Amino acid sequence: MAGIVSYGGYIPRYRIERKQVYKAMGWLNPATFMPGEKAVANYDEDSLTMAVAAGQDSLSDLDRGTIDAVYFATTTAPYGERQNAEILATALDCRSDIRSADFTDTPKAGTTAVISALDAVGANSLKEVMVCAGDMRIAKAGSMQEEIFGDGGAALIIGRENVVADFAGSYSVSYDFVDHWRGSGQKLDQQWEDRFIRDVGYTQFIIEALAGLGKKCGIEPKNLQRVAYPCLYAGDFKKIAGKLGLSQEQVVEPLLAQVGYAGSADPLMHLVKALEESKPGDKIAVVGFGAGADAMLFEVTQGILEIQGERRGISKHLAMRRELKSYEKMASFRNLLVTEKGIRGERVASTAFSELWRSRREVLALYGVRCIPCGTPQFPAQRVCVNPECGAIDQMEPYRFSDKRGFLFTYTGDNLAFSPSPPAIYGIVNFEEGGRYWFDLTDVDLEELKVDMPVEMSFRKKYVDEQFGVHGYFWKAVPVMA
Amino acid sequence: MAEGIKDKVAIIGMGCTRFGERWDAGSEDLMVEAFKEAVEDAGIEKKDIQAAWFGSCFDEVNVGKSATPLSLTLKLPFLPVTRVENFCATGTEALRGAVYAVASGANDICLALGSEKLKDTGYAGLPEFSQSLGTKNRLIFPNITAPGAFAMMATRYFSKYGLGPEEGKEVLAMISAKSHHNGAKNPKAHLRREVSVEQILKAPMIAWPLGLFDCCGVSDGAAAAIVCRADMAKNFRPDPVYVKSMQIALSSGEEMMYTDWDGTYVATAVQCAARAYEEAGITNPREEISMMELHDCFSITELVTYEDLGISPRGKAADDVRDGFFHLDGDIPCQPDGGLKCFGHPIGASGLRMMYEMYKQLQGKAGDRQISNPRLGLTHNMGGFPPMNLISISIVGL
Repeated sequence: MAGIVSYGGYIPRYRIERKQVYKAMGWLNPATFMPGEKAVANYDEDSLTMAVAAGQDSLSDLDRGTIDAVYFATTTAPYGERQNAEILATALDCRSDIRSADFTDTPKAGTTAVISALDAVGANSLKEVMVCAGDMRIAKAGSMQEEIFGDGGAALIIGRENVVADFAGSYSVSYDFVDHWRGSGQKLDQQWEDRFIRDVGYTQFIIEALAGLGKKCGIEPKNLQRVAYPCLYAGDFKKIAGKLGLSQEQVVEPLLAQVGYAGSADPLMHLVKALEESKPGDKIAVVGFGAGADAMLFEVTQGILEIQGERRGISKHLAMRRELKSYEKMASFRNLLVTEKGIRGERVASTAFSELWRSRREVLALYGVRCIPCGTPQFPAQRVCVNPECGAIDQMEPYRFSDKRGFLFTYTGDNLAFSPSPPAIYGIVNFEEGGRYWFDLTDVDLEELKVDMPVEMSFRKKYVDEQFGVHGYFWKAVPVMA
Repeated sequence: MAEGIKDKVAIIGMGCTRFGERWDAGSEDLMVEAFKEAVEDAGIEKKDIQAAWFGSCFDEVNVGKSATPLSLTLKLPFLPVTRVENFCATGTEALRGAVYAVASGANDICLALGSEKLKDTGYAGLPEFSQSLGTKNRLIFPNITAPGAFAMMATRYFSKYGLGPEEGKEVLAMISAKSHHNGAKNPKAHLRREVSVEQILKAPMIAWPLGLFDCCGVSDGAAAAIVCRADMAKNFRPDPVYVKSMQIALSSGEEMMYTDWDGTYVATAVQCAARAYEEAGITNPREEISMMELHDCFSITELVTYEDLGISPRGKAADDVRDGFFHLDGDIPCQPDGGLKCFGHPIGASGLRMMYEMYKQLQGKAGDRQISNPRLGLTHNMGGFPPMNLISISIVGL
């Protein structure tokens, strides 16, 4: 039987209190006030980097060679054409003889990708599929959406063996329901009236999907242990629970007040949260909303006990909080402010795609080599061994650094280099198991750094060449997450 | 068995432009300014020159590739002219080419000229590196600048030798203050004012822990040398300066990608110095070297170089700094002309500008900066960054 083999999550460390956002922009529309805080991607994060982080979390120490397909779900892909799922698959060191696909254009894409994976595995067409979702939804300054949206990612590995939650069925409805839209080439969402969206959209479709799921699987929603569904209107969120006969304990508490609404990643983040809190035997339903709604039903197995402590998921990421006090920084990171970059920021070196093709595993998956005769790991990949006592030529094996930990050998905070969040921090990392290289650092302040502090590697956006529409990715060092 | 080049080649003429923000001069103007002084100083005519070496680093800013910029500007008559570049040792590489040509017996009289117009880049500081470090490095190098890359060596040095940030910064400040004191006496320098340790400590941070005065500036300039066979030199002047050694050393990759190097010294400099001393016949550098021009791109570079050259004991250079060992009136004056600190660093020219000061000092023509009875002068360049770099060391004397 097909089901969930592993799960992962990601929430950016930066959190901004909504009252900060309101303080900056509430003068424009006083009705936008909302409680709590939301997660804000750092300047070097996007839907893809967050999806990679969630994917890495789900992969843990599992064999990446068993993944047969990689699906990426988002509504905020960095590329309109250059398959984002394949950048993800390369970063996560998946095989090449796999299927890859982007699922996009509506927040329902996250659950749709999971259902497609479950169907393929269920039909024995694929053995194991990784589904990663990430969204960084940008809203107009001073809008309600700006308060509501949050950034995040989630990942599920779908398979048949070592299943931690069996798939019990799904039910979908699809409607060309235009609550919001974004024409191709437009940067920001537009939306129609709130009452229309609540009354016709959330209230109807979510109930329709869950009721349909219940009928199909022979169990009423009120008899499930956990139910997760999105609704951005607090009052209507409660009404839906009421109509379905759900108690407060059954409903998976929305991450709205801590993260914000994370688009296509949102339902999967709530599913991961529910799985973290679940016990064997629990039946969990999750709904994705957008152009209708998907509903999926899972039954947790004994296997969940083996992975619950072993994933960062949602709860650990929630705890890794750094306060972002400045609305202007958030707006600048999201390109809502035209900021002075200076000559160092404006001139972007071009990308040689033929070089990126040859070194894609080094750049995207942080692959180096290890010398077979002397065992020295080295980055980037070398043909001549760097060990002065060895010097072997062409006797290397591939060696992955992305999941290796290291120590910060040295560092600096550079005010001369351009950074969207100065100072530019970088340093040299000595990897625990061998190898050394220099990397940018992120998600840390200069004052927090110390020689020899433990670091791990994080997939980040390294540069954006706006003139040619190129998003360059690489790995940066971050303090090890507690 | 190779003999080295000690005492095979002499410098018989040198020229050096005024360094600075030379908005008034293009590359051709700087080349001619340096060339005229060198030729006049040597007492030769252009037609006596048999081959030339041209050093320029950021060619795309200056004059483009190849050696044609020099041959066309000076109207060299169909001579063999070679352009060389080796990061910050470019000027020294030009000299090295000329010296080796003479030492080999291929030519009798050669010209070395280095020139750079960094002020036309439009950057404060060096141009952004990702444009020029190669297609692969552009994808994987961190967002470095030169100050940041060297700042990391300061962090390691302070950490290893137990220098707190304030104490460490004070030692570095003394190094820069010393150089400014010398540069204030030099009409060819870009910066000619005394700067106190207090001023230096209060200056803005560039890349932690290096502040504004820990970093040399970027400027324009050119310098030139005329060299000939040692046995011909006295035909041109009574006081030629003889080349005792010219060595360079390049990183192997182990500093950057292997974990032995501890980040507190420059591995290439140690190797280069050993070879330079052997070639020059020096066994006790602290006793035998009279004066030095070191590559003070950053104050930390100078500090570790004192140790790398075997002048100060490992980890103890700060003591020598505090004792004034490297002051103009100290045991081994360092940067008697003010160094990169006061001249700035037009990359193609700096190595030759350093040699110009050693040459003038040995001839007793350094005016207010004159060191008494210098015998051996050492110039040192460092190109690149502490984990991947190149060093040149040249020793000249009477």
